[in-house]
Amino acid sequence: MNEVAAMVALMMLALAALLCIIRLVRGKGLADRIVALDSLLLMVVSGLAVQAAITGEDTYLDVMVVAALLAFTGTSMVANFIERRGP
Amino acid sequence: MDVVASILIVAGAGLALLAAIGLQRFDDVFARMHSATKPATLGLILTLAGAGLTLPIPGAVAKLLLVVLLQFITAPIAAHLVGRAAFRTGEELDPDTIVVEEAEFINTHPRLLED
Repeated sequence: MNEVAAMVALMMLALAALLCIIRLVRGKGLADRIVALDSLLLMVVSGLAVQAAITGEDTYLDVMVVAALLAFTGTSMVANFIERRGP
Repeated sequence: MDVVASILIVAGAGLALLAAIGLQRFDDVFARMHSATKPATLGLILTLAGAGLTLPIPGAVAKLLLVVLLQFITAPIAAHLVGRAAFRTGEELDPDTIVVEEAEFINTHPRLLED
C-alpha cells in the first residue's frame, strides 16, 4: 500500500468527517442531524478500511462490520422516534 | 496491484469528501439525504475494494463483502425511513424542492391521521 496515497485518503476522510460534524452541530432539525451522523459513521468505516490496508491488521474488519450494523440500527431507531414524536 | 488499490482507495475517499460537501451545500434534508447515501456508498465500496486488494489475510475479502452487502441493503432502508419521518413531521422544504402529488396523497392518507 502506497504511503502517500494512504495519507491523502485519510486526510480526505478526515475533512469529510469534519464537514459531517459541522452539519451535525448546525443542522436545523433532528432529521438533518441523523443524516449527518449516518454519513459520519460511513466515513469512520472507510477510515477503518484504509487503516486495515495500511497495517494489514485483521481486527479492523470485525469493527467495520459492527459499525456498519450499528449505523443502520441507530438511524432506523431515531427515524422511528422522529415519526412517533410528531412535528 | 498496489497502484490499483491506491487509486481505488483515493477515489473512494474523494467520493466520501464529495458526499460531505454535498451535506453542507444542499438546502433541505431530502437533498442532503441524496448526497449522504449515494456517493457515500459508492465511495465506501471503492475504498473497501482497494483494501481487499491489499489485505493478505484469507478471510478479509469475505468480511469486506459482508460490509458492502450490509451497506447496500441498509442504506436505502435507512434513507427511506428518515425521509418518511422528515416528510410526515413537516420538515422544512426548500422552495426548489418539487413535491410530487402522490407524496401529498401519502401525507394526508387517513391511516396516518388516526395516530
